[in-house]
Amino acid sequence: MSTATFGTANEDNAHLSKSDSRAVRRRSLALLGSLIRPVRLRFWLTIAMVVLSQATRVAGPALIAFGIDHALPALQAGDNLPLVFTGAAYLLAAVATAGLTALYVTSTARLSQAMLLDLRVRVFRHTQRLSLEFHEKYTSGRIIARQTSDLEALRELLDSGVSSLASGLLFMVFTAITVFALDWRSGLLVLAAGVPMFFLARWYQKHSQIAFRESRVVSARLIVHFVETMTGIRAVKAFRKEPENAETYGQLAEDYRKVTVRSINLNGIFQPGLVLIGNVCVAVVLLVGGFRVLTGDLAVGVLLALILSTKRFFQPVDQMAMFYNSFQSAQAALEKVSGLLEEVPTVRPPKNPVPLPGARGAIDFKEVEFRYGHGPVVVPRLNLQIPAGQTVALVGQTGAGKSTLAKLIARFYDVTSGSLTLDGVDLRDLSTTDLRRNIVMVTQEAFLFSGTVADNIALGRPEASREEIEEAAKAVGAHEFILQLPDGYDTDVNKRGGRVSSGQRQLISFARAFLARPAVLILDEATSSLDIPSERLVQHGLAQLLAGTDSAGRTALIIAHRLSTVETADRVLVVHDGRIVEDGSPAELIGGGGRFADLHGAWKDSLV
Amino acid sequence: MAKQTLFFRSISRLYPHVRPIIPRLLLGLLCALLASIVALAIPQVLRVLVNESLKPGGATEAVWVAAGVILVLGVAEAVLVALRRQFVINPATTVETRMRVSLYGHLQELAVSFHDRWGSGQLLSRAMTDLNFLRRWMAFGAIMLVVTTLTVIIGLAAMFWMSWQLALIFLAAAVPITINSFRFRTRFSKVARRSQDQAGDLATTVEESVHGIRVLKAFGRSREALENFNEQAEELRQTEIEKARHQATFTMVVTLLPELALGAGLVVGIILCAGGQLSIGALVAFFATAAVIASPVEFSGMLLAMALTAKTAVDRHYEVMDTENTITGPSQPSRPRHLAGALRFNDASFAFEDAPDKPILANVNLEVRPGETMALVGITGSGKSALIQLVPRLFDVTDGAITIDGVDLRDFDVQELRRMVSVAFEDTTLFSSSVRDNVLLGASERSDAVLGEALDVAQAHFAYSLPDGVDTLIGEEGLSLSGGQRQRIALARAIAARPRVLVLDDPLSALDVHTEELVEARLREVLRDTTTLIVAHRPSTVALADRVALLEDGRITAVGTHTELLAGNAHYRYVIASLDQEPRDLDTELSELEDQAEEVTR
Repeated sequence: MSTATFGTANEDNAHLSKSDSRAVRRRSLALLGSLIRPVRLRFWLTIAMVVLSQATRVAGPALIAFGIDHALPALQAGDNLPLVFTGAAYLLAAVATAGLTALYVTSTARLSQAMLLDLRVRVFRHTQRLSLEFHEKYTSGRIIARQTSDLEALRELLDSGVSSLASGLLFMVFTAITVFALDWRSGLLVLAAGVPMFFLARWYQKHSQIAFRESRVVSARLIVHFVETMTGIRAVKAFRKEPENAETYGQLAEDYRKVTVRSINLNGIFQPGLVLIGNVCVAVVLLVGGFRVLTGDLAVGVLLALILSTKRFFQPVDQMAMFYNSFQSAQAALEKVSGLLEEVPTVRPPKNPVPLPGARGAIDFKEVEFRYGHGPVVVPRLNLQIPAGQTVALVGQTGAGKSTLAKLIARFYDVTSGSLTLDGVDLRDLSTTDLRRNIVMVTQEAFLFSGTVADNIALGRPEASREEIEEAAKAVGAHEFILQLPDGYDTDVNKRGGRVSSGQRQLISFARAFLARPAVLILDEATSSLDIPSERLVQHGLAQLLAGTDSAGRTALIIAHRLSTVETADRVLVVHDGRIVEDGSPAELIGGGGRFADLHGAWKDSLV
Repeated sequence: MAKQTLFFRSISRLYPHVRPIIPRLLLGLLCALLASIVALAIPQVLRVLVNESLKPGGATEAVWVAAGVILVLGVAEAVLVALRRQFVINPATTVETRMRVSLYGHLQELAVSFHDRWGSGQLLSRAMTDLNFLRRWMAFGAIMLVVTTLTVIIGLAAMFWMSWQLALIFLAAAVPITINSFRFRTRFSKVARRSQDQAGDLATTVEESVHGIRVLKAFGRSREALENFNEQAEELRQTEIEKARHQATFTMVVTLLPELALGAGLVVGIILCAGGQLSIGALVAFFATAAVIASPVEFSGMLLAMALTAKTAVDRHYEVMDTENTITGPSQPSRPRHLAGALRFNDASFAFEDAPDKPILANVNLEVRPGETMALVGITGSGKSALIQLVPRLFDVTDGAITIDGVDLRDFDVQELRRMVSVAFEDTTLFSSSVRDNVLLGASERSDAVLGEALDVAQAHFAYSLPDGVDTLIGEEGLSLSGGQRQRIALARAIAARPRVLVLDDPLSALDVHTEELVEARLREVLRDTTTLIVAHRPSTVALADRVALLEDGRITAVGTHTELLAGNAHYRYVIASLDQEPRDLDTELSELEDQAEEVTR
């Protein structure tokens, strides 16, 4: 497959080259196939029910004909048995039709919902698996678009498509057989109508494919803009971005409308076009048959039956057009979804993980080199050993590469070359469970999920008891303010005065880390929003955590601009341009007169 | 859960939007009706033509005429089908788009407190899925509902004309169907509403899982997130199946009852025929007509479900549209005669709407003089962030007042107020656009000079060395910046707006000491004539301020200069001073450290 369309790379392009277009179509169909496979039994069952219900439906008119042709004369002759039979059979057929219809309506829903659930969970799981590198490029709005409006397109296809396609096809086959049985010449005429229909369908496919692709692109854009506005509403208001936003959104909504109208209009040519071809075919059959009636080759009655059957043959064409329309739409949507699913996480769990149940927390960088993707080298050849139990402070100017080192240890990224080990085991060989249990990173952005305060702390260790959660909150000094919330630990963070300030959010996220009790704790500017007393409390708790209640202490990596945090560290590393330029205890470095001494002096001056 | 409303009352709310397109909708309806009449007429015309004019040895013209008539009718049918779409599509999508844009506009206006309560996924499902559905219903469902109803009525009339006895039997089926349709309506609406709400919640969960991806990854909680999502998606699936089950039951009823009636009619009809009260021709015609209206009746289950879903979509739309914007300007906004920038809190109190018993701020009195820089100091949770959000009216005071130059904030035009007041929040929101657009967002003059100065004050010179310089796309869709970089852009944004009143929420927290110093030096110049309220956690930030206000449990307990407060206020010392005070061990450790350091330098 060409790399141009691999994954989400060329997602916003609706006008693909022929080979690219074929590649994404194949990918999309493969996804559809993989969704059907687990439910294929139900799929065929549903189709069987549709077919059966069509069959019982046909029985009705046949029974009416039987009643009029046979039961009526019999009744006039004094025999009421055929009438009773007709009545009973009609009732039976009615019950069967109704029952089967109800069954296939539910069965279709089960089928489509099973497939949707499957796909939803697949997309969710995959987006969770994808590395941060991907998430930094691909916006949340896009993922939401994939999960909502793209899935909606598939749902439309599944809900209406299957039954109409099956019943329509069946109907056409039966009618075609009738026509052939009556007169093969007319049968050939009917088949000939298939030729222009085929070309019309080809034309429609070619154009609607582009229109539907555009529609996916534009709707994703609309969603991305919407989500960005709603999540950043404070800034929108504070800086009066409303008019500008309204203009952008209005434009996007209009684009979306136009592309929707275009796709509907294409269908508006396609569908009446099919009806027209069918009707012309009826006229041709009448013309040809009519001349043969004149010459006496064909009985009038047969001609009438032929024409009526021909007319009926084209009846389901309407439904088929609708099916094809939603199929095209769903396919375009699945092209995007399958692209997302095709993305490969750059940070992958190992196939054969090395177990590490109780890590001590020794971190070892050996000849590590790192760059983002194919960018410039951010960390050039680094050798660094952090023994278990050591508290290390990373210091340096903004952009020096401190966070990069932290992210490498947390395995948000993989090293480009060299190796990074925990207790001698390469991080890439650790299972996700072992890795995350042993290494936890707390960042500056303290994100709270909807749910209660307790839920949010429990994220650190879901099996923790309420006591343990409160312990953790007490350790970081969050207990008091949590108790002040309307429902204490059970306060919903989105409801009833549960809104907390950014400092409080940081405390909660700290409590998470405390609850997790990892062997290695990484704090990346995790105290920046705290006031001094809170910071002091956190530091106190931190000291306790790091000393450890169990035999061994914990390893900690602290990034902070506030050097008060740094002073308590066992060791300070000064980072500059991805290199470690100073390494020693705080006292040594202050005495050494280097960068750290410089920073420390400036910081001292900033106090009081 | 919203309470059940009447179908027509809900749908009639669409009237103002739909009014301009009613003529076109009617034309579409007319085309749909004509198309179905033509479709019904074609077989009848065929029958007549074939039976009357085609005989062996007849004239060839008759064949041409017959084929010609059929062709014309066929073309007419196709054209009518195409016309129906043409008439309806543009207006229906226009209404959809207009509703979408007005929803978005209204959401932008609604107060922050509204957005705190509503997940963006819920709002998104209203803006996209609901309105898409509504459009399809307007363009197709509603029209087909009318066409179907008319077809059934006309068919019934024809049946009465043929045989009133049989028609009565058929009509008898309508009674249980009607009763059932009421039951269906209440049940289905409830489930439809639930499914739409659940779909919205699911979208919110997706959004959170992506925004919180770093936390989920850091703690290795992807599996729990997936389980939670799976549970929610499963609930939605159940609801959808329940919905289908209701629809299936109703479809069964509308299929079964007419058929049962027809079965009875067949028996009765044959008896009537045998008794000579009915001609065979009439019997045949009766059933032919019944066959024609059977499928529309069956179809009605689907159409009704569609109409009900459209109704809940309308309800959900107006639920948001009916929410009143609580933060609006007066019709006659006032403004101070001379704008100096004196900010004053008079007994200002604030509590969140849904927790009035837990006031965040209580009787705050504070005066910031024009051009003065006032630091706001207090421990986490004392109400600093809330106080700051009151100034640009992101929230309103619940009691008391805040004034600028003597004019109550609520008497200003809201946009005007936000032009005067500029904010840099602690959690920085950057939009997906260039550095330039982000910085100049609130600026009245969008020039390079303003941009350059703002970036310089905030020490955000790094912006020039980004791949495309200040035109580099940042924000969610662009380059991701570090915390310190984001904070400096946000600070530059607040400065570039050149406000009378500047509100800064701990704007230097993510900066290293050197950068902080540089920013402060430049900031001091800018702040000279700007009234500034600045939340400070560090002495270094307080140093920017002329005076300091101490916030304690939602009250201002002291105002004075840093030195005054440091000398006379124990709580202030506790909050701001990091060198003395507890914890003791840290303290002794520190002084030891200093001693050592001094020794070493000597």
